[in-house]
Amino acid sequence: MDLTYTPQQEAFRDEARSWLADHAPAPGSLASLDTAEGFEQHRVWEGRLAADRWSVVSWPTEYGGRGVGIFEWLIFEEEYHRAQAPRRVGQNGIFLLGPTLLEHGTPEQKARFLPPMATGEEIWCQGWSEPDAGSDLAALRSRAVRTMEDDGWLLSGQKTWCSRGAFADWCFGLFRTDPDAERHRGLTYFLFPMDAPGVTVRPIPQLDGEAGFAELFLDDVFVPDAHVLGGPGDGWKVAMSTAGSERGLSLRSPARYTEAATRLVDLYAARGRPTGPVADEIARALIDAEAYQLGTYWTASRLADGHAIGPEASCNKLFWSETDLRIHRAALELLGPEAELLVGSEEGLAPAHPGEWLDGYLFALAGPIYAGTNEIQRTVVAERLLGLPRG
Amino acid sequence: MRFAFTEQQLELRAAVRTVLEQQCTAGDLRALADLQRTGGHAHGDVGRSAARWAVLSELGAPGLLVPVEHGGLGLTEVDLVGVAEEAGRAGVPEPLFESGAMAAPVLVGAAALSAEGARAGAIAADALPAIASGELVSTLGGVEQTADGPVTTSHPAGPDGSVLTPRVAGAARAGLFVLAHHTGSAWQLHVVGADSTRVTPAPSIDPIRDLGTVEWTPGPGTLLVEGAHAATLVDDAVDRAALVTAAQLLGLADRLITLAVDYAKERRQFGRPIGSFQAVQHPLADVRVRLEFARPAAYRAADSVARGIGDRSEHVSMAKALASDAADLAARVALQVHGAIGYTWECDLHLFMKHAWSLSAAWGNGAVHRARVLAAALRRADD
Repeated sequence: MDLTYTPQQEAFRDEARSWLADHAPAPGSLASLDTAEGFEQHRVWEGRLAADRWSVVSWPTEYGGRGVGIFEWLIFEEEYHRAQAPRRVGQNGIFLLGPTLLEHGTPEQKARFLPPMATGEEIWCQGWSEPDAGSDLAALRSRAVRTMEDDGWLLSGQKTWCSRGAFADWCFGLFRTDPDAERHRGLTYFLFPMDAPGVTVRPIPQLDGEAGFAELFLDDVFVPDAHVLGGPGDGWKVAMSTAGSERGLSLRSPARYTEAATRLVDLYAARGRPTGPVADEIARALIDAEAYQLGTYWTASRLADGHAIGPEASCNKLFWSETDLRIHRAALELLGPEAELLVGSEEGLAPAHPGEWLDGYLFALAGPIYAGTNEIQRTVVAERLLGLPRG
Repeated sequence: MRFAFTEQQLELRAAVRTVLEQQCTAGDLRALADLQRTGGHAHGDVGRSAARWAVLSELGAPGLLVPVEHGGLGLTEVDLVGVAEEAGRAGVPEPLFESGAMAAPVLVGAAALSAEGARAGAIAADALPAIASGELVSTLGGVEQTADGPVTTSHPAGPDGSVLTPRVAGAARAGLFVLAHHTGSAWQLHVVGADSTRVTPAPSIDPIRDLGTVEWTPGPGTLLVEGAHAATLVDDAVDRAALVTAAQLLGLADRLITLAVDYAKERRQFGRPIGSFQAVQHPLADVRVRLEFARPAAYRAADSVARGIGDRSEHVSMAKALASDAADLAARVALQVHGAIGYTWECDLHLFMKHAWSLSAAWGNGAVHRARVLAAALRRADD
């Protein structure tokens, strides 16, 4: 057991820290990435990261990464959150589709899609859920029909809850290619541009009033064979690899929570260190944030030793989503009557505007819903890890 | 960075697990519980097995942390933690860790630290090989962890200078007691042979604990070390005790989940196994998740204690808070999944559930350790 970093890793951390200190925009200085203006500001930031090869450090160098290991990625994430650098507008691409492309993509697909994903020139959204296929994803009905004369497919149907969908450039989605096949079979994973003829986007305002996600209507949208990821009919298998990334390590690195926990302690100190139940809740939040970090190191070591992560990823998703809520609920409890203040209100005291905690709480509230609801994850844990009979 | 056990560590753990599956059955624990229920006390060998102790001793378990020159394996807390998980899973009713991981390291530490090194060294040299071989059973008492740090539980018993030390685990079986005492101005650690004590059993809900009140008389003849050195050893001892207790709780939580899952697969209602209902599945999944994230925290704490790093006490507190909570939740959910049968004496569940309750509260419960973590975080924020 070795819980220390190598001198090379420490040097990598120093390099990341000093680059971020020089380049990261001041916290809160960009507009929300769920607005047209903020989306473009965040895209510029992605380009700045990519120019010095910080946007996707763990990817191979040929696609814009540094080819470093998972621990270096975790170190970078720690420094990124410590610097309170902007949210990653490209996250659906770089953290979800990217690893899936690296695993299942053809050499041509990797060369075509990964570099502009790394620079933010092409920002991706996810087209999985449908009005009648949410938790029951395999019930999806949007279809793709073969067009023999053009070597491709025509997509039709409706997708919904597409994060970043209001402004994204490309979409990765699941479609039914064999109408006679049962549920998980007969699905195919497609990549298509959002400005393709036949795509209509309807932004959906979220709890905060901004268009963080969107509904897509597809009407005979043409996709060439070259933009099928994995083979026709392999969609579920490829999608589960994306879902593994989503629930597992890559979507939510522990740095987000350890950094928020550190700020929570500062808030607690600034608010007079009240004793009683709130103190216990704050301790639980700190401990869970650190437990998630340690669990990530544990899993990363297993990956480095050549083990695969299976349904354990569902434990991760349950734990980080609940930790995020716990941290932010504790903060709002400390803020008391100020908890309702929005960023921009004149009131609000150091060390951070109360509205930032409220924003964080709204963001955290989505966690138990997206990436497979926590109820679905509990069922996965019960049936696949504990071996309980299927319901 | 490699946060994983070595092959040897995994093999040691597997060997202990195999031995305990054969040598430490629910029937053994039941015999112990039945004895207490019928008014007997957990003296002697009822429910405890000389054969089991011999096999554990052969594996080197009691002397795992004892240096090689004193007859032990000379291993570290990182090697110990997996063994403790397996002992927790089985509910080992001998004071394996009280002896080898709580009392023995105090003797080793006293010999190394103390200005009275010669005397402490002689005591250590005398006792440690026998502890390591399993021939002598020792235990630690007189201190417990609080939010504000360790406090003594020993208090004067009468005008003759004798002292009462309550809630000492493994008291009926111990041949040698390492007992902490605070004079009001300084910590003292004493070593007392069983023949110089009077042990009164203190029945616990968990008969595995074998709690007793120890009456003894401190004097120059029993003193091992005092003052700053004793305080350091007390701090280290409560950390190590909380760590090894946390590790046992992880194994116990896993056992409780297994008992509940096995039952939920068998028991049928409404024409289906109850384990197919989400109302049963989801609470069990929640326990599994809490256990999944409690484990690495305990392993990290073991590494921090083994390396003696500055934050080790905070790391132990995180581990114990997480493990106590995971085991408490596992006990609660396992009972609910069992329903009425789980509430009976006849069902094995209570043997493990009660052990989870007692260890969850021992050496600082979750609330105590959470308060310690918050205090440490505030100290860091103030720097």
